[in-house]
Amino acid sequence: MSVPGPAASFETASSEVVDLKALQADTDIGAPIAELDRDLVGLAPVKQRIREIAAFLLVARAREQVGLAAGPPTLHMAFTGNPGTGKTTVALRMAGILHRLGYVRKGHLVSVTRDDLVGQYIGHTAPKTKEVLKRAMGGVLFIDEAYYLHRPENEKDYGQEAIEILLQVMENQREDLVVILAGYRDRMASFFLSNPGFRSRIAHHIDFPDYDASELLAIAELLAAQSEYLLSPAAREAMIDYITRRQQQPSFSNARSIRNALDRARLRQAMRLCAGNAVATREALQTIEAEDIRASRVFAT
Amino acid sequence: MHVTQGTFSFLPDLTDRQISDQIEYCLHQEWAVGVEFTDDIHPRNTYWEMWGMPMFDLRDAAGVMAEVRACRDANPNVYVRVTAFDSTRGWETMRLSFLVQRPTNEPGFRLDRLEAEGRTIRYSVHAYAMDQPAGRRYQPDQANAAQGDRR
Repeated sequence: MSVPGPAASFETASSEVVDLKALQADTDIGAPIAELDRDLVGLAPVKQRIREIAAFLLVARAREQVGLAAGPPTLHMAFTGNPGTGKTTVALRMAGILHRLGYVRKGHLVSVTRDDLVGQYIGHTAPKTKEVLKRAMGGVLFIDEAYYLHRPENEKDYGQEAIEILLQVMENQREDLVVILAGYRDRMASFFLSNPGFRSRIAHHIDFPDYDASELLAIAELLAAQSEYLLSPAAREAMIDYITRRQQQPSFSNARSIRNALDRARLRQAMRLCAGNAVATREALQTIEAEDIRASRVFAT
Repeated sequence: MHVTQGTFSFLPDLTDRQISDQIEYCLHQEWAVGVEFTDDIHPRNTYWEMWGMPMFDLRDAAGVMAEVRACRDANPNVYVRVTAFDSTRGWETMRLSFLVQRPTNEPGFRLDRLEAEGRTIRYSVHAYAMDQPAGRRYQPDQANAAQGDRR
């Protein structure tokens, strides 16, 4: 009896073809990404990475079909960036995206901070952290401001215990949950420096860039449209002006500053309408005028 | 003697995959799933030891399965069951409970007769394992065999 040589087995392997396009249509991968493109302004590197992950999961599935090794990929992520760059927003969507890509089974997001993981006394931390991890299984665990877990000034801090349990589950139960850490860039960097285990267990370090002025304007218009407001052409000009001035100021926090500015503009619009005529048209009710924006403190200087 | 207590007990023992699917069903019904163990298998013994608290707010069976495995590792040769509690008003009770581990050797029960006043006879059921003190009711050398079976 002759044993088939390597040439023969290579031939059969090359004849097995997987239609990636059909697989893509099957899994409906395009839809969540298109949604992300539509709803989130800018963030090119973030979207690029999500596209890469989607493609990778697709290829992993194709490899499985032809019988190639397809170990579960590590999808733990760290989101770093300045305040208001959309870290939390993207994390919220990530759970849905990974679910639709078929990577997590349930697709819910459990959002926690230090308080939810770290206990008050000896022996309290481990059950508390495990409880949170069990709740997050089948979905995404989002740890906001993860660097608070580590308190270098207090070596008896229970945060270290929570970190160890987290690392263990992140390593051993990769197929059961995805952990996303988020926080400001510099503080996350020092957090990873003091916890090298974390750095190496996280495959995707995604940096959220600051928005530029045109992106911020697009965000303002998107936010206004979402709550059914309109910026009048003059108000649009005022907003551009506002953004350039606000960017120069300290404590500028990107989209969050814009959202706050819009909220205040809505208050001023309400005041203006109440002080003015007794009747208001539908148009007046939804339009924000330049004066609503120019009344801001930012223009005082 | 093969103890038949709880749901599915007349079927062959469930595999981990089947256990996981049953837990998945319980979670889908929004029941709180708990893990319990005992070495006192009398049919009227409802008070098993709890392995941690019942788990509320879970979405996926993986969390419960981790507890089931931890409980088996800590108590290798006793009975372990999964319970599902329905907190809906009007129910507020256990809706499902099934064995997920049993000792390799189950000696079974004997029937005791007690002659009472007149010619009355009172019956009671006595598990042979109960003749041993707690913790020694199922032999430790069989514990290793049980673990070997499962792997």
